[in-house]
Amino acid sequence: MIEFHEVHKSFGGKHVLQGVNLQVEKGESLVIIGGSGSGKSVLLKHIIGLLHPDLGQVLINSKDLSALNEEHLNEMRKKFGMLFQSSALFDSMQVWENVGFGLKRHTSLSDKEIREIAVRKLKMVGLAGIESVMPSELSGGMRKRVGLARAIAMEPELLLYDEPTTGLDPIMADAINDLIKKMNEKLNVTSVTITHDMKSAFKIADTIAMLYNGVIIEKGSPDSIKKSQNPIVRQFVEGRAEGPIVIEGIEA
Amino acid sequence: MANMIVRTIEFIGALIERPVMALGRVFLLFFSVVKNIPKPPFEIRNTIRQMLEIGVNSLPVVLITAVFTGMVLALQSYTGFKRFGAEGLVGSVVALSMTRELGPVLAALIVTGRAGAAMAAELGTMRVTEQIDALETLATNPVKYLVVPRFLSGMIMLPALTVITDIVGILGGYFVTVILLGVSSKKYMTATWSYLELQDIYIGLIKACFFGAAFTLISCYKGFYTKGGAEGVGRATTGAVVYSSMTILISDYFLSALMF
Repeated sequence: MIEFHEVHKSFGGKHVLQGVNLQVEKGESLVIIGGSGSGKSVLLKHIIGLLHPDLGQVLINSKDLSALNEEHLNEMRKKFGMLFQSSALFDSMQVWENVGFGLKRHTSLSDKEIREIAVRKLKMVGLAGIESVMPSELSGGMRKRVGLARAIAMEPELLLYDEPTTGLDPIMADAINDLIKKMNEKLNVTSVTITHDMKSAFKIADTIAMLYNGVIIEKGSPDSIKKSQNPIVRQFVEGRAEGPIVIEGIEA
Repeated sequence: MANMIVRTIEFIGALIERPVMALGRVFLLFFSVVKNIPKPPFEIRNTIRQMLEIGVNSLPVVLITAVFTGMVLALQSYTGFKRFGAEGLVGSVVALSMTRELGPVLAALIVTGRAGAAMAAELGTMRVTEQIDALETLATNPVKYLVVPRFLSGMIMLPALTVITDIVGILGGYFVTVILLGVSSKKYMTATWSYLELQDIYIGLIKACFFGAAFTLISCYKGFYTKGGAEGVGRATTGAVVYSSMTILISDYFLSALMF
């Protein structure tokens, strides 16, 4: 469903992606792990066309995203849902308007119908009675849930999660993991998650890929990643400061 | 020697690279706005909300500025004109200065300070909190959704505010000249009408329309391309007001010279 062929991307002289090759099958839950600043978010933004490769191709259902015009790209995006790290809720709108934003813009449903759908989606993520609240009044965990409800509102085929558990307490993080797992099973979607939270990765992944120095250095099932012989993967999975991975800004 | 020349050229190049790039991006944004105006869906609700923000909510401060500008204009020109017995011409001076020059420029500067700053801060915050990215992932063109309504509202509401500024300024002048300084009402009104031509009014309105387009475009540009968190939003807001005001004042001269 998603294919990366030799994708390169630079920002102002910094070569972030250095030839990424990656495949995600339909219905698969892929988790991309990697350190802060390793380019995980950049990778994710290529899937939804927020960024385009300098070199190489990103294919979704065999279509090259860079070759699509705006209308076609937007048609494709209607089948995608994305949960942002900061939730990215529209702070000028009530919760239900946030959840129903895509429906309001791309369907002819009435406000009443959209509100009903929004309430249903909010219920799916475990929220009730907050549809008229403004996002600024919600806690971080609730904002993530609303963000997730917005991402699934248009019944997407592909869900993208940008660090879904970052900034949450461990219990809330686990609840979000459960929710993601439930969504993936219940809605039968393909999903790509980026995270550096290994607990989360092992819980929600069918496949884990590690991004390091701008390339995917290993990809496999959670079990094979746990047993990986690659010292870089081992260091990351075990969360050790000593090892082959150079931490930016810290002298060896 | 050759080395020095190369270094000088490099220095000049580095100096102008960023402004030229910024200007290029402002024009790209402008073309994108123009391209998106005729495309449905028409953001009517959004546009009306922006018209209220730019126009109606700016009214109190525009009214106060206009009335006092008209008053001080009358007071100063009365003092000067009295020296050669031309007090009767105060009305013309107030009317011509307000319609041709002060109406559009003052309205534009005030609205820039209020609505332009707010626009840059709002879009800047949306950028740094990924709300603009979120719009795109929800298959919504952010230029169409955010910039076009602001741009159109600026172009419509600034001329409207200018008309009000003109009228209130002239009334302010009337108050000082007639009621405080005792020139006859008939004299003031005759001086106002006899030298004021339709052309003076529409030149002012064309300027206002241009200023409305310029300040919204610059403010939206600054907000839209904000980088670097809260500090970036602050910089974008300051930049929006400074560059919009400069553009208004500089282009005012050239527009005046063009339509002289």
